[in-house]
Amino acid sequence: METKNIMIVGVGGQGSLLASKLLGHLLLSQGYDVKVSEVHGMSQRGGSVVTYVRYGDKVYSPVIDRGEADYIVSFELLEAARWLPYLKKGGIVVTNTQQIDPMPVITGAAVYPEQLVEKMQAAGAAVDALDCLALAEQAGTAKAVNIVLLGRLSHYFDAPEAAWLQSLEAIVPAKFLEINKKAFDLGKNAGK
Amino acid sequence: MKALMLGNKAVARGLYEAGCCFISSYPGTPSTEVTEEAAKYPEIYCEWAPNEKVAMEAAFGACLAGKRAFCAMKHVGLNVAADPLYTMSYTGVNAGLVIVVADDPGMHSSQNEQDSRHHAIASKVPMLEPADSSEAIEYTKLAYEISETFDTPVIIKMCTRIAHSQSVVETGARIVPTKAYEKNIAKYVMMPGNAKKRHPVVEERTRKLAAYAETAPVNRVEMGDTKLGVITSSTAYQYTKEVFGDNCSVLKLGMVNPLPVQLIKDFAAKVDKLVVVEELDPIIETHCKALGLEVSGKDIFPMEDEFSQSLVAKLLNDTATDSIGLSEPIPPRPPVMCAGCPHRGLFYTLSKHKCTVLGDIGCYTLGAVAPLSAMEMTLCMGASVSAIHGFNKAAGEEAARKTVAVIGDSTFMHSGMTGLANIAYNQSNSTVIILDNSITGMTGHQQNPTTGLNLRGDPAGKIDLESLCRAMGFARVRVVDPYDLKACGEAVREELDVHEPSVIISRRPCALLKYVKHKPPVKVNPDKCRGCKSCMRIGCPAISMKNKKAVIDNTLCVGCGVCTQMCAFDAFETAE
Repeated sequence: METKNIMIVGVGGQGSLLASKLLGHLLLSQGYDVKVSEVHGMSQRGGSVVTYVRYGDKVYSPVIDRGEADYIVSFELLEAARWLPYLKKGGIVVTNTQQIDPMPVITGAAVYPEQLVEKMQAAGAAVDALDCLALAEQAGTAKAVNIVLLGRLSHYFDAPEAAWLQSLEAIVPAKFLEINKKAFDLGKNAGK
Repeated sequence: MKALMLGNKAVARGLYEAGCCFISSYPGTPSTEVTEEAAKYPEIYCEWAPNEKVAMEAAFGACLAGKRAFCAMKHVGLNVAADPLYTMSYTGVNAGLVIVVADDPGMHSSQNEQDSRHHAIASKVPMLEPADSSEAIEYTKLAYEISETFDTPVIIKMCTRIAHSQSVVETGARIVPTKAYEKNIAKYVMMPGNAKKRHPVVEERTRKLAAYAETAPVNRVEMGDTKLGVITSSTAYQYTKEVFGDNCSVLKLGMVNPLPVQLIKDFAAKVDKLVVVEELDPIIETHCKALGLEVSGKDIFPMEDEFSQSLVAKLLNDTATDSIGLSEPIPPRPPVMCAGCPHRGLFYTLSKHKCTVLGDIGCYTLGAVAPLSAMEMTLCMGASVSAIHGFNKAAGEEAARKTVAVIGDSTFMHSGMTGLANIAYNQSNSTVIILDNSITGMTGHQQNPTTGLNLRGDPAGKIDLESLCRAMGFARVRVVDPYDLKACGEAVREELDVHEPSVIISRRPCALLKYVKHKPPVKVNPDKCRGCKSCMRIGCPAISMKNKKAVIDNTLCVGCGVCTQMCAFDAFETAE
């Protein structure tokens, strides 16, 4: 199997590291070779952050480049648009519709673009957008945005739901498991 | 059992399996997790040292005593530790001594993009370079064997994409070899007469290591199509394989110092065209050219930034990947000081007083970013304190009355104290501000000598900053709360006005520390807010303007109250 590429993008501090850890665990359990690449340090302070997840028979490079991502999983709408050039032709953007103003927008030096979902679609991307923050809060905590997104992403994967739940149990602390299971279901079944 | 493991965690696993007993490090992205992960093994003594030089010397002492020892640092940390490194090359080791240095091509979290291989060459110390987590475990164990067989410290070079990537590993058991300490003055006392006898030993060792490199299993040939032959290492190997698979032949070097000769010549003879693919400087390429080989490298590839598979595809295979994007500009999202960051109030004060600010390395370097824009120099760890002395001596009294140095608590312990000694000794009228947030923030909350806790979070010695500065001869040492803008303003103004050196300690714990209790979010009274944007001058990510009124993001605001002091109309309301 050719190597598949998932990019997880968002704003520093949104919990993308846990999402990539869970994805890595799941894909390894499905028998793939897996590489996950994270960025630590300076950019974590509210900056734009990106994590790469790659899987297949044999994965060499730990990074994903422009035009290569099969999926972009975005925690924030502007970040989905920022990393759109990394999407492969025919790739899918799964994004939270939450908007977090970056500092240049806060100070008035720049404007947060409007109708980004429509614009991304017009550019040729398949976009699956949902309000993950609301669903996470419905599950019990705003912090579960990452798991809502993964629930949504699970639509596009062959892995059985039991495998996802096993990875959830392996990665998420036991006391938050029930909330996260609920968040996963809400993400998975949203819009149905 | 197969598992996904971070490169740095894999090094820690290798240390565990190799029987390492002693680790002393200073945190630095992207090296920090090696020591943090190793500390999870109770069998290994682990500590944070005040700086990399101290860490390396402590590790040397432990290896002298007969235990396998280790230290980790980022690339610029090896500059700090270069002094012991270059002479440890002469003394050699007793039990094995391994050093991790983590480079940061692309400068994700660094002030420069230096190539650590130069240090290995200059210090004549062997260097291994793993290309994934599995190799990180294997090479760490091999490094101890090389260290003890060849009587030398061994450097393992990581880089961001190896250190911070997870890949599949299999783990093994721990075996602990130890050696007895033996007095050996001729080997371990590096005074001229002894060092003179050790230098030929170093040269002979390098010859032996070069011979070892010819057949070492970590240097491997992967023959494919022979039209193109690539010599490479680390991530560049992964990118090359990603693009070409078996459509080219590869000499993958796991040992990058010393480099083999015959192995490279033999490989070159088997391929039509020879190219070196290496990030940063042309080390392997220069070696090949010295061997008289016709080779390409930096005539194709850049010296700057990290590589990727598409870069290799474009420059070596002339293929490009299509991509889509939006036509309109996407606003950048630079890193910012967190909401509630204790540095914000202090930097606002410096900005307001139009101070010339000589800065240092840490989260607070973000003080240079708009709208605060309150930092005008950042060089390396500790340079703020040293440079303000020279600046003030050269620029004169008037400049000294508006110039300050700012340095974090951990950075001050690392390299600020000696600069402060110079101010106390040679008496410049300098004002040094220690931003004491009670933690090493940037690298992800490591303890340091001022926090009273050790690496594992247990009680430890605690250095009192006020007493330390006074003992150095500073009569004027004062503490302010950076959440209190009035107090900050007074302290800065008064200390700049006096004709003697002074220290201001701006003290409040990092807002992200778990033990810090946050107040409820500040509320905006829209009737009182006049949309004057005064509060926007502090650059808080929790405040924005919507419909000409200030709006607080409740998920970010920690109720620090700095913004409330900016408002002339009392539009901010704090819950008590």
